[in-house]
Amino acid sequence: MADQTINSEALKTGDISAAVDYLKAQYPDAISDDTREGYNGIIIARDQLVEVARAMRDDLGFDYLSNAAAVDYLGIEDSMEMVYHAYRTSGGAALAFKAQTPRAQAEIPSLIEVWPGADFQEREAYDLHGIAFPGHPNLRRILLWDGFDGHPLRKDWQEAYYEEDHKPFESRWPKGFVRRAEELNIYGKNVKYPADLDLNSLADTSEESVYANMGLGVDVQQLDNGDELQTDKLVVNLGPHHPSTHGVFRMVVTLNGETVEKLEPVMGYLHRNHEKIGERNAWLHNMPFTDRLDYISSMSNNLGYALAVEQLLARGARYQPPTYRAEVVRVLMVELTRIVNHFWAIGFLLNDLGAFFTPALYAINERELILDFFEAVAGSRMMCNYMRFGGIYKDLPERIHAVANLVNDKMRDYDTMDYLVELINERIPRAVDQLDQYLTDSEIIRARTIGVGYLPKEMAIAYSAAGPLLRASGVSYDVRRADPYSIYPELDFDVAVRYNGDIYDRYLIRLDEMRESLRILRQLLPRLEVTHGEPIMPGGKQGPYMPRVPIGESYGHVENPKGELGYYVVSAGDAKGTQNPWRYHVRAPSFINLTALGQMCRGHKVADIVAILGSIDIVLGETDR
Amino acid sequence: MYGVGILKGLGVTIKHFIDTYVDDIRYAGRKYMRQENFEVRQGLKAQGAFTVQYPEEKIAVPERFRFVPFLIVDDADHPERPGHDWCTSCGICAKVCPPQCIWIVRGENPQTGRPIPEPEAFFIDIDICMNCGYCSEFCPFDAIKMDHDYELASYDRTGAHIHDKQKLSKPFSYWRTIAPTTAAEEAEARGGWEHTDVIKERKKAEAAAAKAAKAAAQAEQAEAAPEAEAQSEQDAEAAKAERLRKREAALARNRARKEQENQNDE
Repeated sequence: MADQTINSEALKTGDISAAVDYLKAQYPDAISDDTREGYNGIIIARDQLVEVARAMRDDLGFDYLSNAAAVDYLGIEDSMEMVYHAYRTSGGAALAFKAQTPRAQAEIPSLIEVWPGADFQEREAYDLHGIAFPGHPNLRRILLWDGFDGHPLRKDWQEAYYEEDHKPFESRWPKGFVRRAEELNIYGKNVKYPADLDLNSLADTSEESVYANMGLGVDVQQLDNGDELQTDKLVVNLGPHHPSTHGVFRMVVTLNGETVEKLEPVMGYLHRNHEKIGERNAWLHNMPFTDRLDYISSMSNNLGYALAVEQLLARGARYQPPTYRAEVVRVLMVELTRIVNHFWAIGFLLNDLGAFFTPALYAINERELILDFFEAVAGSRMMCNYMRFGGIYKDLPERIHAVANLVNDKMRDYDTMDYLVELINERIPRAVDQLDQYLTDSEIIRARTIGVGYLPKEMAIAYSAAGPLLRASGVSYDVRRADPYSIYPELDFDVAVRYNGDIYDRYLIRLDEMRESLRILRQLLPRLEVTHGEPIMPGGKQGPYMPRVPIGESYGHVENPKGELGYYVVSAGDAKGTQNPWRYHVRAPSFINLTALGQMCRGHKVADIVAILGSIDIVLGETDR
Repeated sequence: MYGVGILKGLGVTIKHFIDTYVDDIRYAGRKYMRQENFEVRQGLKAQGAFTVQYPEEKIAVPERFRFVPFLIVDDADHPERPGHDWCTSCGICAKVCPPQCIWIVRGENPQTGRPIPEPEAFFIDIDICMNCGYCSEFCPFDAIKMDHDYELASYDRTGAHIHDKQKLSKPFSYWRTIAPTTAAEEAEARGGWEHTDVIKERKKAEAAAAKAAKAAAQAEQAEAAPEAEAQSEQDAEAAKAERLRKREAALARNRARKEQENQNDE
């Protein structure tokens, strides 16, 4: 008996190969190694997928499903597959597993029972790839609307302004035939509806049709609670054009009196199929597009993508890893981004609580100074496009320096290192302390936030919550420590963690994380001095503009300010060499964190919904992609 | 005691309020007048409000700032090729452009139909441009650069937002003004302030001249031929050197392009 316990504990912390061996012994028919060139992980027969997944979670301790992405292998294998990356919240590498299905009548059993966090990700795969998930209780489109024809991420689907499968397009050079895209498609000619869509239903603007398929089943309905207060049950629509949603995000809320019974998030208003664009693009083309995901923290988005592609490039013969200088500058940028993001998140959380814009403007004061630095280094305040495969775009300039060009231009000129030292040692710590003094003890904030939007630890893990949302619920899971990348192993910092799982703790943990980031930044300053003048790209040479990426798959993930940001990329290779990703999937933390929103809001009032949403800290550019 | 937290918070608010006015008093009304005050007001030493009185004052953008690209042409007073494009229409910018907003018509010799290193037409749709800066980053001739002029709003979306070559072209001296440090770095990498082609041609010409001078010196030493003959010989040699130089310049350009392509294929 004791032996067994020890054994099972060992399994829960053992390495990936031990886990795979265990699974193979338990399910010999279901599991095979993924032997394709450049691939790793295991392939699970889809009829036993749920059982094996449950064993992974319960016996092996893979309690956190990070990523679930669909891939269409039309023309290569004529099948589709779901790729999952499961982690342990205690840390360690991913267990990657896959389930395959034929393209016609694509079906893979839903894992929502094992990991409820698969909910939105499976709906996304259903929406964009047309894979059905038997067992999923709410299998509807999530990013697109019901009148959309087809599944756009299937390889045989073409958009209305379709030009070619891959960039660069032939029409640009050497015979550049300039025209505006609109001239190809006069308005009204580019919309296709599914065959079974009744167009007349679009003219129906009644309440029933607005909430059709939401599974709500109520409009206004009087409840008879016996002796209790007579309340009405009604459906309230919040958003999409509601200032508290931080963009265009809609929540359909079922209320009992004033209490939330059910909340159904509706998204996709900012959807542009980032991933399809990414698959048309060449590898390097995607870098500036990643800026536009979570546009508050573009530097970290860049880093995640660079890491994913570098993993693939590393399998090539002549690959050289990024130089130390590049890594130092990368971490500098990413940690500054974290501070920017958390200032923003706290400021706008206060907006959501009704303190209109005074706290927000105090919070983003220092953000201006950091963005000035970004602008001087990368060339843009928000759309930084700074990381490259194997390094960074340019080293820090000697001076932050401007030249008057336009009428009324006023110049500024600072020494870069002096600027950084003052920013990191003086300005930001002071601002964090000021914010702490300003808000932490405020009775109004405490009354509004303590105990509101509670997310228990187990549920946070099960729902694949990430970032401050997860850590405020008492899970000390941080990718920088759990699966380290870049130079984080040599840096001294703590993973901030809070235990109450409410809005107040999510606010506090952002203050903690800013202080930890400052700790990291202070350690970076001497490293910047020491590495001054060293090359920022391997060999000091600029990287190629059409890098050739070896065949294979990789999953690069980083701890973004909003949570774990992952990129699953597949390079397929062809006769001319691969210049485009076959698959480019983004595990967007804002999107997956919303899975738990309905749970957190249950039992609270309408005004609390806004605050709870604010405490998750979403950006719609990333949620809707 | 209830309410202490709120009072503490209000203390922060009043500090901000006062700081803003202390600044006004400290500068005694000159807060917005002097250049050096602007630098303090919009920097790390700033207290209180950060407001910039746009458009009466604007923050000059840093050198690396990138907005819609422009094409570099030689200055109007350039001794050899005034107003000549730096662009050789190699097409790398059009290929590396993520949203594909660049259209180039490659120049062709009307007689032979062979490409010549000059764009016949060049278009950028600034509605599509995402200001990523790849075109200028990967241009092997430093011929396309990111501009600092961000005030491009116009009332005419359909007519005015596709910039043609004429609208895109700006003299090299403009680039040296808006980005002196970057321009100097690039010039160092190229080996001179001129376009790569000009630098190469000059080097060739210098080499040829040196050779010719050497030959002439040798001829003088030998004193074998009459002066008139030597003169004509020298002329012929110079013409030959000229032809050779032109040919080699063309070859070098081809080589550079191929090298670039090879490098990118790798």
